[in-house]
Amino acid sequence: MSLASRRVARLAAFSLRRSAHASTSARYNSVNADDIAHFSKFLPTSTILSTLPPQSLPSSELSPFNDDWMNKYHGQSTTVVRPRNALEVSEVVKRCNERGIAIVPQGGNTGLVGGGVPIKDELLINLGNMNKVRSFDPVSGILVADAGCVLESLSEYLAPHNHIMPLDLGAKGSCQIGGNVSTNAGGLRLLRYGSLHGSVLGLEVVLPDGTILDQLSTLRKDNTGYDLKQLFIGAEGTLGIVTGVSILTAPAPQSASNVILALPKFENVLPLFVQAKRQLSEILSAFEFFDREVYDLAIKHGQGRALSEEDVEGAECFVLMETSGGKREHDEEKLNQLLETLFESDKPLINTGVLSQSPAQFASMWAIREGLTEAVSKEGKAYKYDISVPLAKFKEVVDTTREHLGSKGLLRDDAVKHVVGYGHVGDGNLHLNVVAAAYTPEIEAALEPFVYELVASYKGSVSAEHGIGVMKTHALHYSKSNVSIEWMKRIKQLFDPKGIMNPGKVLP
Amino acid sequence: MRPTASRLLNILVPVKRTIDYAVKIRVNPDQKGVDLNVKHSMNPFDEIAVEEAVRLREKLKDAVKSIKVVTIGGTKSQETLRTALAMGADSGIHVSLADSDPTPEPLGVAKALRAVIEREKAKTPVDLVILGKQAIDDDSSQTGQMLAGLLNWPQATFASKLVVDAEKKEANVTREIDGGLEELKCRLPLVVTTDLRLNEPRYASLPNIMKAKKKPIEKITPADLGVDLAPRLETLKVAEPPKRVGGGKVENVDQLIEKLKEAGITAVKA
Repeated sequence: MSLASRRVARLAAFSLRRSAHASTSARYNSVNADDIAHFSKFLPTSTILSTLPPQSLPSSELSPFNDDWMNKYHGQSTTVVRPRNALEVSEVVKRCNERGIAIVPQGGNTGLVGGGVPIKDELLINLGNMNKVRSFDPVSGILVADAGCVLESLSEYLAPHNHIMPLDLGAKGSCQIGGNVSTNAGGLRLLRYGSLHGSVLGLEVVLPDGTILDQLSTLRKDNTGYDLKQLFIGAEGTLGIVTGVSILTAPAPQSASNVILALPKFENVLPLFVQAKRQLSEILSAFEFFDREVYDLAIKHGQGRALSEEDVEGAECFVLMETSGGKREHDEEKLNQLLETLFESDKPLINTGVLSQSPAQFASMWAIREGLTEAVSKEGKAYKYDISVPLAKFKEVVDTTREHLGSKGLLRDDAVKHVVGYGHVGDGNLHLNVVAAAYTPEIEAALEPFVYELVASYKGSVSAEHGIGVMKTHALHYSKSNVSIEWMKRIKQLFDPKGIMNPGKVLP
Repeated sequence: MRPTASRLLNILVPVKRTIDYAVKIRVNPDQKGVDLNVKHSMNPFDEIAVEEAVRLREKLKDAVKSIKVVTIGGTKSQETLRTALAMGADSGIHVSLADSDPTPEPLGVAKALRAVIEREKAKTPVDLVILGKQAIDDDSSQTGQMLAGLLNWPQATFASKLVVDAEKKEANVTREIDGGLEELKCRLPLVVTTDLRLNEPRYASLPNIMKAKKKPIEKITPADLGVDLAPRLETLKVAEPPKRVGGGKVENVDQLIEKLKEAGITAVKA
């Protein structure tokens, strides 16, 4: 294909996506005053926000729900409802099913692929009012909670019981467990505690016809029939609304420590990871990498305390390692041995590193890593590519993308300001971030499908943990075969024949 | 010109092991104390003191002959010394108590520190003592001041800036006071206590942590110092502040006005 026709094809794909959204709304009815009156029969006024009469709020009141966290996707919903329990959710969904109204389920609205905000004027069902812990068994560690519980508040609830949630991510102060489950969130602890497909024991889901599917089991083992909950975990709200979660929490580690290592070159990350795994073995609980450029951005935007000038000198990238275990002395010994080996070897893999000496420093070092996402957002408009590629190719992906943008003349202060990479090395997951001064079709056209094709060339995943949302529906085929996608569509048809549940998301 | 022996500075930094400031404090059922079975770390103001001593050496270079850290406490207090050594101190003194002994009080600490300074006089006379302004467990803010009184040395407390002239044996200290900032010119030997804005302590870097393992820690007892650390104060009661009662939500402005009136709030007459 010639350069010119390739460009035309790309622009056509771009506008095709736009018009696909337009056709989405043509199939559905919009919420009207009668619907509001119906909801008011069982929902108190404080749980309904609408620009329609009788409330007639200004649309700015609905912005926190209509606009996603990155301020990249903007829905046009007229009405947000915030039910307090599964029955109320069920009643709302029943009405929508009867009337043919499309629904967008929303949790903490911290998603990064536009999956939790409306495309047009779908009814927004926000789960934030369903925020109670239903039960906790301190012996088994099984926690049952409403879907709208904020992840951090669940951690706080568990702390006095000496347990922790099996997942942790930078958005913990706002994200909700229902959303985490619906997106199969990964995060910083996946290396140690595995994915939600393993730690979620049961779900309560409201199906697209309003039926409440109660599979809130608190059993660790239950092999009785098809494991339906696995369909909803990661379905991003397209098969049903998660209203309750039963999850296996882990005993809190008695001791935790972390260290940030400064590496002279990226090539050392892989052998460092191999050595850390070998010497630290079961106490290694996180292994994160971030490049020098994004570290500088984090410090610039005040995320956590900076390392000293001499510690960062000559560092091309950094690794943050966390250890957690049952006995401090045992963990310290293992960690010190590793650090000594690294430091005193003939060809050291690291320049230097810093080790946390107190819980305050521990938190501050994590703050640097967890604050990278926010720093990138403060620096400009971020194009985020959350990809799984072979670990050895991480730097290559970042450099190749940067060169490509350079060849298009887009590396300028008023276009693309930074191309950075950071991520969960231990899980083979790279977060490639292209920081622009503004979101423009030109930059998007330069990046897509370039990045997806690059990932496909490594047989990687175009979405390691962020999900598909509305952003990557057209890119699904880069990582899943047509047969897979066809069967996904059939399952969707089975659960949601009217297609009202979060339309335009996940499936192309 | 290389500084002559009489102009080399010896800095002493006392440090205290306290409950880490991020820990949620729980009062014991007997209401005489708090749950101590939680994470501990170096008192944050003492961290700032150690950092300041290390920065002085970075600035004045060879003019700083030694940075000694000292702590009074049980076996776990040694870790606090190791952290200070990892930040750049040269050696440590552990005045060891039995793990069951009560935490020493400011007057006792000041007397012990005076004894330590007496002891060091022959070989490494102390020119500058940098302490945290207060410990976050008792918030007394007395030790530095009492020490200066006992030694009859000048004191510059709540320092937010410290500039030392090793040649002249003088220091300019900027203090944070209610009215703003106050600048003092002091002669050495001097007692300084640190305030929050003096500096931001560094992370302990690996090379320094490795070196710290080999740095000496001298262990002595209060008896060696000729000091009695028995408490003179009796804690009568420790209790949590009254729990904050939750607010309520109102549906509209009329309800709000009603609630305000109930609470006895009246409109301001124009």
